[in-house]
Amino acid sequence: MEFTRNNRQLLSKIATNDRHGENSPYFDGWKAYDSNPYHPTHNPRGVIQMGLAENQLCFDLIEKWILENPDASICTAEGVDKFKDIAIFQDYHALKEFREGVAKLMGRVGGNRVIFDPNRIVTSGGATGANETVMFCLADPGDAFLVPSPYYAGFARDLRWRTGLDLVPVDCKSSDNFRITRAALEEAYEKAQRSNINVKGVIVANPSNPLGTVLDKETMRSLVSFVNDKNIHLVCDEIYAATTFSSPRFVSIAEIIQDMDCNRDLIHIVYSLSKDMGFPGFRVGIVYSFNDDVMNCARKMSSFGLVSSQTQFLLAAMLNDEEFVGNFLRESSKRLAKRHHAFTKGLERVGISSLKSNAGLFFWMDMRPLLKEQTVKAELELWRVIINKVKLNVSPGSSFQCSEPGWFRVCFANMDDQTVQVALERIREFVLQGKEEDDVSEKSKHWRKQNLRLSFSSSSRLYDEGLMSPAHMISPHSPIPRSPLVRART
Amino acid sequence: MGLLSRKATCNSHGQDSSYFLGWQEYEKNPYDEVENPQGIIQMGLAENQLSFDLLESWLAKNPDAASFRRDGQSIFKELALFQDYHGLPAFKNALVDFMSEIRGNKVKFDPSHVVLTAGATSANETLMFCLAEQGDAFLLPTPYYPGFDRDLKWRTGVEIVPIQCTSSNRFQITAAALEEAYQEAQRKNLRVKGVLVTNPSNPLGTTMTRDELDLLVNFITDKEIHLISDEIYSGTVFSPPAFVSVMEVLKDRNLGKTQVWERVHIVYSLSKDLGLPGFRVGAIYSNDPIVVAAATKMSSFGLVSSQTQYLLSAVLSDKKFTKEYIAKSRKRLQKQQSKLVAGLGKAGIGCLESNAGLFCWVDMRHLLSSDTFEAEMELWKRIVYDVKLNISPGSSCHCSEPGWFRVCFANMSEDTLKLAMQRLKSFIGSMAVNDRSHQELKNSRRKFRTKWVFRLSFQSFHDREQDER
Repeated sequence: MEFTRNNRQLLSKIATNDRHGENSPYFDGWKAYDSNPYHPTHNPRGVIQMGLAENQLCFDLIEKWILENPDASICTAEGVDKFKDIAIFQDYHALKEFREGVAKLMGRVGGNRVIFDPNRIVTSGGATGANETVMFCLADPGDAFLVPSPYYAGFARDLRWRTGLDLVPVDCKSSDNFRITRAALEEAYEKAQRSNINVKGVIVANPSNPLGTVLDKETMRSLVSFVNDKNIHLVCDEIYAATTFSSPRFVSIAEIIQDMDCNRDLIHIVYSLSKDMGFPGFRVGIVYSFNDDVMNCARKMSSFGLVSSQTQFLLAAMLNDEEFVGNFLRESSKRLAKRHHAFTKGLERVGISSLKSNAGLFFWMDMRPLLKEQTVKAELELWRVIINKVKLNVSPGSSFQCSEPGWFRVCFANMDDQTVQVALERIREFVLQGKEEDDVSEKSKHWRKQNLRLSFSSSSRLYDEGLMSPAHMISPHSPIPRSPLVRART
Repeated sequence: MGLLSRKATCNSHGQDSSYFLGWQEYEKNPYDEVENPQGIIQMGLAENQLSFDLLESWLAKNPDAASFRRDGQSIFKELALFQDYHGLPAFKNALVDFMSEIRGNKVKFDPSHVVLTAGATSANETLMFCLAEQGDAFLLPTPYYPGFDRDLKWRTGVEIVPIQCTSSNRFQITAAALEEAYQEAQRKNLRVKGVLVTNPSNPLGTTMTRDELDLLVNFITDKEIHLISDEIYSGTVFSPPAFVSVMEVLKDRNLGKTQVWERVHIVYSLSKDLGLPGFRVGAIYSNDPIVVAAATKMSSFGLVSSQTQYLLSAVLSDKKFTKEYIAKSRKRLQKQQSKLVAGLGKAGIGCLESNAGLFCWVDMRHLLSSDTFEAEMELWKRIVYDVKLNISPGSSCHCSEPGWFRVCFANMSEDTLKLAMQRLKSFIGSMAVNDRSHQELKNSRRKFRTKWVFRLSFQSFHDREQDER
């Protein structure tokens, strides 16, 4: 509409730029899923969704608890006497019982090595809101944060878009098992300084998305000493903490600083219930800062994204049920381990390896041997083959700013057991079929034939924005497919 | 280099102001009918607590909505996973119908133009991020909701330039005041991006007249800027004139296919009309697809909990219920407001005639020791400490005239309201006995008020005395 063009000049730069990162060429690939989603009976040859990091393995436990605890809802006969008080509760300090429940959960997930203070818990609109809020507190427009790659695609929006900050990637290499080395940190920092970029801190996700690994104590100590030396901040996004399903155990940064001489004003934790509990719809984000000024500021800013009091009330009851929480965490770990094992072992049998991991809702699959050449272009070509021929929606490493082509993030916790089998079978078939054709040129012809005529921009364009984040890989999102709730009403 | 951001260390959030003294005092000594009958009565909180029984009885009749069930089946998993920033379609559909109903069905809203946000707080900030940036300003008529200082300016870097409104014409917006504000912004080297009004007004409790709305539409058309109408109190209009939304005006003037249509945005929320501030349900309504697209992405930072969306989609889809609720709520608000007005009247205190909102704009100018904001603060402290009522001084709302106070009435029972009025009456009575000469002096000064008041604010009482002598 003509007016739209004229009116566009009257909007802010933020509203009209692309720094939210959601306009991505990857969107094309997702249409294949949306138009052909797998269903065991209605569409058994459809595309299986493996690009969504959701934890769907333990809803049965939650649903049972809800049935047994009707007074946790302010709307049921058992709980309605609290309706009014909760409905008017908009205090940005959040419900005391809710904070206590979250603090207990965080402590437990950290192996009971740390006690988290409920009075330090600040809520926010999901980890999305928490990360943005922390950035607003710590840095000014034009400042930058170091972030080890590969990293969660949503950081481009959450940390940069409205805050005006920049991200400086710290490249981690497969030769190091993608460890964050002091050398890499120093190099990234120095490079930034030379370009007059004011680095205010480092942000890491532990456990890592997309790697699925936990940080070892040595790396964490090295991070703490690095930020201490430079007098910059360390933000630890621990959103996947309780998805750790085997050893080594998850160690919170809170535990590390207990035994280290460091400036605690530099240390901040972001947490959420979206992955550990599987509640992304409830928008529970947490900022836990050891810096009083940041805590107070974040608390005031939480007004822009408070957790619904109805939800706080329900979750307070749930999280304070220590027996339930203990049982849930144990069961969840078990199921995640089993699922992870099924996939990684299944892939190993057909010669596909993945990064050794013990956490997260995904694993980091190594498809480098199957690349025509070690380039992003080849990675994306392979990606399209996987979507269109193998009919699995996985996420290419380039969308996580991985410096090495050929890695893919594969989610495993958002489907039932039967779908797991189907997915594994498809991968097996694909790999074995590929192996049957010994001739390398034949192989590449075969793959080229399979490519769909999708629009594709060159790798240089992909790097222009400094980000490649398809809508599906960042939360919250416009999900593809649409959830049944959306389908039912539209 | 500072360790924290400028935003973290500045005062733009506005929460260190001395007005919070009243709140602190209340927290220390809150009134309770049984436990603490001598405590401070909270009249500074614009909450609607008069109709919870209606919601509670609806819940009793609708157990499915209460417990994550639809047609008897559990949908917990789907809700727990639902984080689509386009929002639950059933909820958006029900919400636009509700908004329409409140406006007497004179306007229809398109659900695809709605962006859900965590409260109007988030909606207003998000709109600022979409429409303006550092170096820009929005014009706001005074007096205005104190929270705007934080919501519109803090993290966005946008400035507010006031449109001065006065009691001489019931604080209505005039063309001259609009123009003056615009010029003031220019003088400050600020680029005016739009006007933001609250309709019905907080703190005035009045609905905007059609003339004012026409004036605004003409102004933004002429200047090619935006208009944001925060209609958070639209469902609290309890007596005539009926609420007229800016959307209605645009429709009536056939501006539907013009540029200005895309520059008018509405903010809404269920915090006041339904009394559910804890649930954080806000919405932006815009006819500009770019704004809707950008705001939708930004809503990621503060979505409405899916649990809450589901509950409210069921509530608002029950048209029989919403009709009944709106009617009963209005009646109760009207009754309570008239009790407040009558009670104030008995204490010799008048207020701005109002037909909406959860508060009255009370005129205590005659009780000031001098026509200054210092005197207003003095009086306010007496009311908090001696009368034990927490009310909001006009200066916290950037009112240009000292002596006005916002007094809330919808967050308490009839009995508590009665008690509050009794306390006020006693206080006024005792003031009269003790300060009779003071009173006479004030009365004589009152005659000078209309001539001098705007130019002489901030002069102390003693200075004034000397001048007049």
